[in-house]
Amino acid sequence: MPELIAKTALDGQGALTLIGTTLAPVDLGIITSIAPFAGQVKAIDTALKPLGLSFPPPNTTAASGAARLVWTGPDQALLIGADAPDLGTAAATTDQSGGWSALRLSGARVADVMARLCPLDFRPSAFAPGQAARAQLGHMNAVFWAEKDALMILTFRSMAQTAWDECAHALTALAARAGA
Amino acid sequence: MRLTCPLCGPRDRREFYYYGAEDYLHRPAPDAPIEAWDDHLHLRTNLAGVIKDLWYHEGGCASWLLVTRNTITHEVLSVERVADRKGASA
Repeated sequence: MPELIAKTALDGQGALTLIGTTLAPVDLGIITSIAPFAGQVKAIDTALKPLGLSFPPPNTTAASGAARLVWTGPDQALLIGADAPDLGTAAATTDQSGGWSALRLSGARVADVMARLCPLDFRPSAFAPGQAARAQLGHMNAVFWAEKDALMILTFRSMAQTAWDECAHALTALAARAGA
Repeated sequence: MRLTCPLCGPRDRREFYYYGAEDYLHRPAPDAPIEAWDDHLHLRTNLAGVIKDLWYHEGGCASWLLVTRNTITHEVLSVERVADRKGASA
């Protein structure tokens, strides 16, 4: 097997900063889907203990150091930023590192940008760090979670450029209205 | 129209896909008479009032939902996950 170079879908795309708000592509590294088999959540929590994580309840994320576990649906979560532990027969684990594309939206007008793209309320008061959601970004299915001072947006790799364009367009239009 | 997904909370109708009547959950036995299968697949009561039907939360958590709603008042009376119903297989 030749040495292959891993590239994100938005390789070479720089950040866009307008009206104190920054949109930037993010390389999340290893992403592993963890889908517990029936009644196995306890066994998974034990296996995740060395990472300082436990399987997250719906609409939440669990974080410890660089590792993060994001709820993405019933009996399904994505482990980001850490190698997946051996979960044996407790869960189906799948390496999905190359399947996703991530954007980070941070700054003063995050909620206003998102209001143009998704009906969810992304103000920090309604979507605080630790919260996650599956919803649509425009017409794309996406996973959202809140970090301190930033909103993370995860879309399928095949839609990375569209996701970037949608968010960049919304931010640019908002800046135009603000006269910036 | 909004549906309150038991997992995701109140969401816009555009996130959901309509599948059809609740009848699809009541599958006849494999050896049931052909009339029962015909009924199951094709015959629907066209009720004015409270009906139950199946929706898929494709723009959200990807759950199948059993929605009870009133076709006269457009009221949505309840939304439950098909997988969470009593006796449903996991």
